[in-house]
Amino acid sequence: MLIRFFSLVFLLLSLAAPSLAQSDPKPLIDALGKADFKQAEALIGQIAATGDPRVVPALEAFAEGDLYVRKSDNLVFIAKPAGAQFTLVDPMTSEEAGQVAKAAVTKIRVNNNLRRVIRSALGGLTLLSPDRAVRLSAADAVLRSPSPENLELVEAALAKETDAEVKTRMEEARAVSLLSSDRSVEEKRAAIETIRNYGGRDAIGILRAAYGSVDASLQPDIDDAVASIEGELALWDMAQNVWYGLSLGSVLLLAAIGLAITFGVMGIINMAHGEMVMLGAYSTFVVQEVIRTNAPGLFDWSLAIALPVAFLVTGAVGLVLERGVIRFLYGRPLETLLATWGVSLILQQAIRSIFGPTNREVGNPSWMSGSFGFGGMTITWNRLWIIAFSLSIFVALLVLLKRSAFGLQMRAVTQNRRMASSMGIRTPWIDAFTFALGSGIAGIAGVALSQIDNVSPNLGQSYIIDSFMVVVFGGVGNLWGTLVGAMSLGILNKFLEPSVGAVLGKILVLVLIILFIQKRPRGLFALKGRAVEA
Amino acid sequence: MISGFILRALEGKIVVAIAILLGVAILVPALNLLVPAGSAFHIPTYVMALMGKYLCYALLALALDLVWGYCGILSLGHGAFFALGGYAMGMYLMRQIGSRGVYGNPELPDFMVFLNWQELPWFWHGFDMFWFAMLMVLVVPGLLAFVFGWFAFRSRVNGVYLSIITQAMTYALMLAFFRNDMGFGGNNGLTDYKDILGFPVQADGTRAVLFAMSAIMLALCLLIASGIVRSKFGKVLVGVRDAESRVRFLGFRVEHIKLFTFVVSAMMAGIAGALFVPQVGIINPGEFAPANSIEVVVWTAVGGRGTLIGPIIGAVLVNAGKSFFTGAFPEFWLYALGGLFIAVTLFLPKGIVGTIQHGFSARKAMKAAREAEKGRDIGTPMAQAAE
Repeated sequence: MLIRFFSLVFLLLSLAAPSLAQSDPKPLIDALGKADFKQAEALIGQIAATGDPRVVPALEAFAEGDLYVRKSDNLVFIAKPAGAQFTLVDPMTSEEAGQVAKAAVTKIRVNNNLRRVIRSALGGLTLLSPDRAVRLSAADAVLRSPSPENLELVEAALAKETDAEVKTRMEEARAVSLLSSDRSVEEKRAAIETIRNYGGRDAIGILRAAYGSVDASLQPDIDDAVASIEGELALWDMAQNVWYGLSLGSVLLLAAIGLAITFGVMGIINMAHGEMVMLGAYSTFVVQEVIRTNAPGLFDWSLAIALPVAFLVTGAVGLVLERGVIRFLYGRPLETLLATWGVSLILQQAIRSIFGPTNREVGNPSWMSGSFGFGGMTITWNRLWIIAFSLSIFVALLVLLKRSAFGLQMRAVTQNRRMASSMGIRTPWIDAFTFALGSGIAGIAGVALSQIDNVSPNLGQSYIIDSFMVVVFGGVGNLWGTLVGAMSLGILNKFLEPSVGAVLGKILVLVLIILFIQKRPRGLFALKGRAVEA
Repeated sequence: MISGFILRALEGKIVVAIAILLGVAILVPALNLLVPAGSAFHIPTYVMALMGKYLCYALLALALDLVWGYCGILSLGHGAFFALGGYAMGMYLMRQIGSRGVYGNPELPDFMVFLNWQELPWFWHGFDMFWFAMLMVLVVPGLLAFVFGWFAFRSRVNGVYLSIITQAMTYALMLAFFRNDMGFGGNNGLTDYKDILGFPVQADGTRAVLFAMSAIMLALCLLIASGIVRSKFGKVLVGVRDAESRVRFLGFRVEHIKLFTFVVSAMMAGIAGALFVPQVGIINPGEFAPANSIEVVVWTAVGGRGTLIGPIIGAVLVNAGKSFFTGAFPEFWLYALGGLFIAVTLFLPKGIVGTIQHGFSARKAMKAAREAEKGRDIGTPMAQAAE
């Protein structure tokens, strides 16, 4: 304890004036070569106590098992394999010290206990780093592996810390370390309070672990803290479920919104809708391939480029489909269903012949990968983007329908075809372009779905039933119904999942929709008036 | 009344069709069993099994035609009734394996032993008895159709909405049967059968009997369907198809009419499934796939919906085509099938049989018109003379 105290004083001195640092860690590191596990543990403490940031690589290498002792002079080096030999690197200066045969060095053995000691020592060491990010991660490291030995170090670092975020984290780290130390009951009570504010599953684990060792008078405090953290966690779980539900809902919305146009507005049962989504996804694949070979620098823009491409490709396919097949089948919805199913089979097989039956790799641009934490939940960027994307498509479509001339004509044709025709609207072209619009939006959805799903010829098949369910549930001919339908089905699905499992949850949702349609055959938001019967 | 039902049912072409089916039921097994293998007339067992499969599909298409062609209910879930009938038969066949399974458990099928189940789930009881299993072949699809139809028709879910929710039904069932916990063998389904009624399933003689049974059941169901559509009830049925509201306003209980037809049709589909399973030797959740049910619709459409013989011809033709294509040009089968869907809906909305019938009646009408013309030519001078 005394040595530790002195070394701490030393450390502080060395921080205050680096030139005063006299303790050279080099002999300590070299001593590791001869030490057994027990001695090594003590040595690590001493090395850490020097507070010299130069020892960090050596300790890291030790934990990784890359630290070797040279047999000829018992000096310790970090060794990296280079063919049949090792390249030796000086542990302090990181300078290369030549190559030696493998037999010329002996590995310094390390066990899990030592790794733990090293980790907390590193945590303590880097707590004083000038780099803010390093300090933050050091505080995290201490937080994750609390040990009373770190307490003084943390407190020392805390005294010098100026950054607010790092300071909070260090206070939490201090509280965690303090709980298992021999400090007074009052300090521990304050520490429990700090940990309670820190929250999270780790906090519960730390508090539970400390439960037995603390003074009996503290146990009710711990119980309280655990209960309050658990309550908070349950709330976050709920929030996370809602988030997952919204995320699934936005995927459903993407898949269904094109259908809301073709089925909802035009009354065409387009069974090839899923294949339009698939074509959109394959357009993304092709765009990315072209970019990869011709202009790799543009890769982050690939999705932005793929959007119009997919819209045009699938819109064109939709236009051809409407002019070639569907226009002969107006007024015979069941036949349309069969014909478009045939089209979907042909499209699937065509894609299979061209691109092969296996999954194609569609990459994530950098801005769509990774995730960030928000309170107690994790939010991935691609899900966030997809939610934003699907909502913006929804809004754009709504504006197009309500505010543009094309939208006006489209609604006019839907409501009363003959009247619209008498007013000079070319109804066949409105039909064709409405269908092309619905298909194009399916293609855009395909671009987004290529980021989270496997791009294979069967991609569309997995969405078609869900999309129909969304449109029918939300109410045909009503975009708002589609939005509400998609989101509520998504959330319902995610709330059922934890208790009954994913598959059964899905089955239950299907059964619920089937029952719901019995109750309200026209969906949540039914159109009223004559158009319904047409 | 029953004899009247049968007499009406046996009008016209139905007699011929039933006679052909019964002839096939005798002839094909005879050519398989009695003619030596070297002879040109010998039908190999695999061909007979294939034809038996087609007959089961034909029965399924007939069942669909009864609801779609005559009642206007396009069910995209008939594959579910077929598969349920198949599962009922499969469960019987599984129980017949007894202790000959891999694990040798006399009570539990192999997959249950594998999943560490200790005792038979309640819904597997009774399936060791043939009569019970056969009852379930009818009752399970019938009950599902009854419950489903009861809700759907009562709340007047019509047209494409009904199609979509029947599709959702079969999709939900598929997901359910894929689960191991359901107790139906998960995605492997039920297979590796040994005996049916004490006869080995793989033996030529058993297969011949199964084939004959398929043809006979098809003939029987054809008779029943024909009886239904030619009765007074059948006229109302067509009325429901063509003008549902009008039939309702005339005082008929449309939902009861639909429900009855739907349940009968589901039971027929169940029989088809039950005959299908011992002939192909496996039933798995893939049979519930929505795509299968839609394929049944195209068989019916190709043959001609609203004719009873059409779906049988359609099912046999399309499936023979499928066997040929998947053997010769596997790449092109989906193109062909997809093209068939489009071509039939665009150019042959009445199907093969419907178009031929239409052609016949058109020619007859033309002939009658010509004769009337002739009559007038002949009649004119007389009329002039009379003046």
